[in-house]
Amino acid sequence: MTYRKMILSAIAGMFLVSPVFAELVFPSLSYRTGPYGPNGIPFADGYEDYFTLVNQRDGGIGGEKVRVVKCETAYNTEKGVECYESTKGEGALLYQPLSTGITYQLIPKASADNIPVLSSGYGRTSAKNGKIFKWIFNFPGTYWDAASIATKHAMEMSGGSLDGKKIALVYHNSGYGKEPIRTLEELSKKHKFELMLLPVDHPGQEQKSQWLQIRRERPDYIFMWGWGVMNSVAIQEAANIRFPMENFIGVWWSGSENDVIPAGDAAHGYKSLAMHAPGDDFPVYDDMRKFVIDKGLGAGDGSNVGTVLYSRGMYAAILAVEGAKSAQAIHGVSKITPTMMRDGLEALEITEEKLASVGLAGFAPTFKASCENHGGVGAAAIQQWDAKKGTWSFITDYMTSDKSVIQPLIDADSAQFAAENNIKERCN
Amino acid sequence: MLYREVGEFKTSYSEDSQTFPIRFDKYRYFFVLIVGLLFVPFVINDYWAGAVLLPFLIYSIAAIGLNILTGYCGQVSLGTGGFMAVGAYASYKLMTAFPDLNILFIIIISGFVTAIVGTLFGLPSLRIKGFYLAVATLAAQFFLIWLFNKVGWFYNYSASGMITSPSRSLGTFLITGPDATPAAQYLFCFLFVFLLAWVARNLTRGKIGRSWMAIRDMDIAAEIIGVNPLVAKLSAFAISSFYVGVAGALFFSVYLGAVEVTEAFSIQKSFIVLFMVIIGGLGSIFGSFAGAAFMVLLPVALKNLLVLQFGWPVDIAAHLEFIIIGGLIVFFLIVEPHGLAQLWNLLKQKLRLWPFPY
Amino acid sequence: MSADFLYTIEVILNGLMAGVLYALVALGFVLIFKASGIFNYAQGVMALFAALTLVGLQEGRVPFAHLINAVFGTHVHNFEWTLPALAAIILTVFVMILFAICVEKLILKHLVNQEPIILFMATIGLAYFMEGFGDLMWGSDVKKLNVGLPQGGSFWFEDLTIGWAAEGEKFYGMYVDVLDVWAAIIAVVLVLVLTIFSQYTKSGRALRAVADDHQAALSVGISLRMIWVLVWSISGFVALVAGMMWGAKSGVQFSLSLIALKALPVLMLGGFTSIPGAIVGGLIIGAGEKLFEFFVGGFIGGATENWFAYVLALLFLVFRPQGLFGEKIIERV
Repeated sequence: MTYRKMILSAIAGMFLVSPVFAELVFPSLSYRTGPYGPNGIPFADGYEDYFTLVNQRDGGIGGEKVRVVKCETAYNTEKGVECYESTKGEGALLYQPLSTGITYQLIPKASADNIPVLSSGYGRTSAKNGKIFKWIFNFPGTYWDAASIATKHAMEMSGGSLDGKKIALVYHNSGYGKEPIRTLEELSKKHKFELMLLPVDHPGQEQKSQWLQIRRERPDYIFMWGWGVMNSVAIQEAANIRFPMENFIGVWWSGSENDVIPAGDAAHGYKSLAMHAPGDDFPVYDDMRKFVIDKGLGAGDGSNVGTVLYSRGMYAAILAVEGAKSAQAIHGVSKITPTMMRDGLEALEITEEKLASVGLAGFAPTFKASCENHGGVGAAAIQQWDAKKGTWSFITDYMTSDKSVIQPLIDADSAQFAAENNIKERCN
Repeated sequence: MLYREVGEFKTSYSEDSQTFPIRFDKYRYFFVLIVGLLFVPFVINDYWAGAVLLPFLIYSIAAIGLNILTGYCGQVSLGTGGFMAVGAYASYKLMTAFPDLNILFIIIISGFVTAIVGTLFGLPSLRIKGFYLAVATLAAQFFLIWLFNKVGWFYNYSASGMITSPSRSLGTFLITGPDATPAAQYLFCFLFVFLLAWVARNLTRGKIGRSWMAIRDMDIAAEIIGVNPLVAKLSAFAISSFYVGVAGALFFSVYLGAVEVTEAFSIQKSFIVLFMVIIGGLGSIFGSFAGAAFMVLLPVALKNLLVLQFGWPVDIAAHLEFIIIGGLIVFFLIVEPHGLAQLWNLLKQKLRLWPFPY
Repeated sequence: MSADFLYTIEVILNGLMAGVLYALVALGFVLIFKASGIFNYAQGVMALFAALTLVGLQEGRVPFAHLINAVFGTHVHNFEWTLPALAAIILTVFVMILFAICVEKLILKHLVNQEPIILFMATIGLAYFMEGFGDLMWGSDVKKLNVGLPQGGSFWFEDLTIGWAAEGEKFYGMYVDVLDVWAAIIAVVLVLVLTIFSQYTKSGRALRAVADDHQAALSVGISLRMIWVLVWSISGFVALVAGMMWGAKSGVQFSLSLIALKALPVLMLGGFTSIPGAIVGGLIIGAGEKLFEFFVGGFIGGATENWFAYVLALLFLVFRPQGLFGEKIIERV
């Protein structure tokens, strides 16, 4: 090929996306750059590595090799759209964008294109209602579950009642951070606690006002919905004003090593919700090192294997793989389509045996999805940071959320969506 | 050889001030229109619409809008993101409040709403100049975003504060919503781009455009020769905001379909549109298109080249993308500080004489 | 004294110290604008790059490790050494000087005598370049910066002030962050050093001459290009200090480059051309935005600081269009 031809073909290739079939395609819409890159990297590594592991160790899912199509979104919705449009033509089975903004973006698009979206622990909470959101899944838990579970933990800590207590919510001033507010407002009515709302603007480097206010008002508990640099600054500031760390509870996106390490010893005792177990004390990590990292096939350099966000990404991939397996079982074919994948996710049941079989006994709560319920049981545990050992550890069992508060909210929100978009209820 | 007039034989003013004095240019213009109208809609697919053409067309409108303000009237603005958000939220409120209102009118009314807001925030320009004004428009940017993020009425009290565009159609063709075909969306935006660019071109060479340019070149002198700075500056803000508002409304309702105000209309958006205007060429309608093409197409092209062709890891490709775009911006500025439009003009000057330069 | 009054003082105090941190970033802008009329958008990214380099050198990271590994299939990450903080800071200063020389040679030299907006655009291109380059060089993970600065609230001050409130009031003593106090001290020292440098050294005088009048400075034999390298090096150094302070608060990572946005209202309030303006502007913005959040923010939903800083600056500008300390703009036809 001459030089000129090469350039021409390169230019032609710039805008063409050539479709390749014959494998199970899972796009990885990751963000390894930009303000949230530090959190996006371990998640994407875990997500991609698990698929590599499945290919290397098991020869794919049900005999079909998995192909991961990577696309960089930089946590930016426009790039997210570009990634979605460029990867969907390759036969993408499932999207997991790890961004509430991009998830909202994809909900109508993917529903129209008949491709399922799984937003584990983020995205639109009311998508739990499978009657309205046919293509969207958000098991094992939602933000509203998280708010309820955090409140439950606070209640346990103060001896069963929150009457007259004060809880502050420090949140990322965006769609993501605002999600739990409505639930917490309902809960504050039910349990008679006072709720204080403290928004922090992106990116959240300067939070002095918020923490001075906390210092003045002395809330009994602080909940945090943060992401990126906001988390570590908040933990540092909480330590600075000597807020008792065990009363400071972050959502599962505010509970990774990235968030506590910059604060050093000061972060000791900080708590966060967890939808899966921390640490790398599971057989799957040995496999991961043996089959993927040591062979140099890892997406990253392998240093973050076993960190919280790596495990989170891996967990997301496990749900995808198990969903694909259940789809293969239902339809009896190994080469599944996105529609079959959706059926598989809807029938997905995560049991203890299933977790043990992939080397993760006791790693995550068990749940069973159904036509009505796309959100699982909504269970989470509380983990606590030990700064001296540098590890997270569980201090409670998995707890479930207060459905009597959350279900009406979900019904109301999804009904509004259905009305705006003329969607009829399914599953009846 | 093809690209030249025979000589200077203009006998009327209208001939002298025509947009395309060279016949070849005129043909090229109609050719682009015909391809855009009759060819592209039939071959367009989701990827081309969603990743390349819709953002290009919509950013072109925003860039023309900002070019009116910055390039023609000389008022540097960094509030574009905030004004686009006004357009987007106006269209959302209109769409949900009046489900039967035609989408065409919704977009246009959103433009007018933005024009009013823009004029309001343009008032400080009567006293503040240069970079001071640029930073002052940032006040508009941050305040508007905060407002839309905070006040529940704007997003109909949804839990997360996101707004999602419902399905609306023009005649029988769906324009917004997930089921709209890429061809319909493309044509809808194309229509707006064509009309607005045509209006802008004619505004800028009329009386009002001349008064803007007088203000830009030296506002005190302009005032002395009888240009009213109040009228000129505020009209530039109003018209520019109208364009930006239309762009914002299209950006939300047609292109993205769902937006989060803090992310989609952040300060980054203001900067990107300003880059387009400067890279493309201040005071040039063609420059706005060139700048939008540069900032929209180049990242996509680079990404596809590096990731799909060379198979590089996506994160390295993303970093290189930044390095290359930054390098190219500096390179173009060094080669031709007045933007791609000036580069294009120089090329045309050369072409006029080619191949017999004497 | 009533608790409310004391809290107000606490808010002002903390606001002033936050203002010093803003002023640190703004200083870098002012230096460059004064000497060359360039509004340097890349200042925030320079702070990020300097902090990244500092951490990278300190921990002995291999630059471009990720790229090298991807291209050659190797697994290099760290050299086997770590550097003491001071040595790393000195090395980083040299890197920033090198950076200044490159900027002058590759960009500024070719853009002499262009309009301000073109130069502004060029620095935006530079910012893009540095964003990609910095991340590619040192990786985009969060890095902990430890140069031995103390952190945390001051017990001493809290105990000292707790008795000030009247009996029975809910008051817990005043809060100051030790890091902020250190930042304020360092900022003061920095400004003093800069002043001494510009008043009493030869290159300092040359710098002032250029800031005063380019043409006249050229005609008495001052090398403009030399001055530009010098001024970019100095603001590289200021960026390093700002990056260190902010990096100690939040870890070193991409978001650090966004602190430039915090400096813009400071600049327009203080004036683009005045070093004391940057300091006073920082103090006013810092105290003003914190006070507004304290008194009004609670009633209108909070998170007002970002826009209020700009609105405050805008209010000042309406009365003084060139900023508080800016040179009066004289226009002639």
